[in-house]
Amino acid sequence: MSKNEREQLRPIVDDIKGRLPGAILNEEDSFGDLVLVADRKQSHDVMKQLRAQGFDLLADIAGVDLLKVEHTERFLVVYNLYSIPRDLRVRVKVYVPEDDMNVPSVTDIWQSANWAEREAYDMFGFHFEGHPNLVRILTHRQFEGHALRKDYPVMKGQWASGVSDLMPDMERE
Amino acid sequence: MTETDMADKTGKIELTEEELIHRASQVDETSLEDLDTEPMYVNVGPTHPATHGAFRVFCKLDGERIERAAVEIGYLHRGFEKIVEIKHYTQVIPYTDRLNYCSGLSNNVGYCKAVERMLGVAITPRTEIIRVIICEIQRIMDHMICVGANLVDIGALTNFWYFFNAREKMNNLLEALTGARLTYSYVRIGGLAWDLPEGYEERIKATMKEIPKAIKDVTGLVKRNRIFIDRTKDIGVIGPEEAVNYGFTGPCLRASGVQHDLRKKRPYYHYDEFGFDVPVGENGDTYDRIMVRVEEMWQSLRIVEQALKMLPGGPINIDDKNIMLPPKDDVHNSMEALINHFKLVIEGIKPPPGEIYDASETPNGELGFYIISDGGSHPYRIKCRPPCFYTMNTLKRLIEGHMVADIVAVLGGLNVIAGELDR
Repeated sequence: MSKNEREQLRPIVDDIKGRLPGAILNEEDSFGDLVLVADRKQSHDVMKQLRAQGFDLLADIAGVDLLKVEHTERFLVVYNLYSIPRDLRVRVKVYVPEDDMNVPSVTDIWQSANWAEREAYDMFGFHFEGHPNLVRILTHRQFEGHALRKDYPVMKGQWASGVSDLMPDMERE
Repeated sequence: MTETDMADKTGKIELTEEELIHRASQVDETSLEDLDTEPMYVNVGPTHPATHGAFRVFCKLDGERIERAAVEIGYLHRGFEKIVEIKHYTQVIPYTDRLNYCSGLSNNVGYCKAVERMLGVAITPRTEIIRVIICEIQRIMDHMICVGANLVDIGALTNFWYFFNAREKMNNLLEALTGARLTYSYVRIGGLAWDLPEGYEERIKATMKEIPKAIKDVTGLVKRNRIFIDRTKDIGVIGPEEAVNYGFTGPCLRASGVQHDLRKKRPYYHYDEFGFDVPVGENGDTYDRIMVRVEEMWQSLRIVEQALKMLPGGPINIDDKNIMLPPKDDVHNSMEALINHFKLVIEGIKPPPGEIYDASETPNGELGFYIISDGGSHPYRIKCRPPCFYTMNTLKRLIEGHMVADIVAVLGGLNVIAGELDR
């Protein structure tokens, strides 16, 4: 992150902190990228504020299982945001405990979250509240467990028999 | 005159032209809307030849119009993100080849760039320019497949051969450099597998001279072709705001009129020193998506030409024993180099703990790698952001309301590569 980028991001973060006290738990600098750690209950509001500040491209949503490293909460949802008009990048992290996998969906803010959240659900089992069609996307519908969790064996495969019924999907989304 | 009067001995009714026109004008078209038709359900794919890989579009049809659609992907899911968690950082490179298999080198470069940023190393000037050259050659090749295949899907076969003749020459060119024709694995973290062979610059120049003819031939055939325009204009239209909202990047986003190119916005490898334009479309339809790609080929040719002039001498690999393997001669002759070699092969590269998101402009758009390192030999987590995952998300929205035959036209224009889509 260049000095210029840091200066541009500063007022945005301060503005959000002012509007939503307690929503941003922490700020990290990771190899020069600004990382915001958002409170899970308020993450939707944080995202809405960031969208209003010009972050129009939700580049990616990544799930992370922290089982094998030091952690307080097991899971992590990471949103990579980019602002095309302002040329800024920011990353938002939301910690998710294992016993309560609910995360507010951001599909109402960015359409690109639709499949991205489906993938995160498929691979880790997050429950995105408010998602129009939260079903598996990369693995087949009969798949049991969540493949990218660290306790899922790397070489374990699962057979698919039959095709999935897309009739309900057609009416949703 | 009654119909029986007109019927000749065979029982056929013959009408004059005026009669026919008169009768046609009498048909009450509004009454057709009252016709009660059953919706028809049709599967396109997963083994449809025009799906460029394997995925399924399930359509509810009203006549030939698509009323609703559902898209299913995942038929080519190979667990890229899972398998790399038990590999060393260097061992991930061949897996990245198989993401967008039409432009493997761009994926290699994208991944290595991310890991190098994590390691905090700067690669040598010669390697930077070589990477630009191979990336741009791959961009031309990728666009050739995309445009060529898209045109085949809508019935224009000749263009495919024109492009594939030229692409074959570039394939031979890259084969001479990397030894492979599809999955190159030529880039290394901190450098390249080997330097350019002798006289290779001349060979690139000679090959690049043959590309303009192919592009001109194809644009000459399609640009003002009535059938092509009818099949692609105003098909699959998406506006600029919506395209960004859906996560479009690369040529598809530019076709919608958004001037966004990571090579210009966040220049890496001296892209800011090259003279090239970023073509943008106006309508965001399939026609624009094809034409933006065609124009990008011209721009890539410009970049290759300039890069060849800029190509400096010097080493290709950085001088860091923790990242690069020592020269083979030293391994055979010195104990330190031998130990170094073994340590690197067995333990691999160890980036410092932390996480990084690094993106590069590949032919399809923004290819991002989100890498988490725990300081060990294996990446803790690699999340790949494939550009076409997000464009494919839009397919449902783009084809609803269009004809069945438009599915392949839209699909080809989005350039969906199943290897990258499903990982």
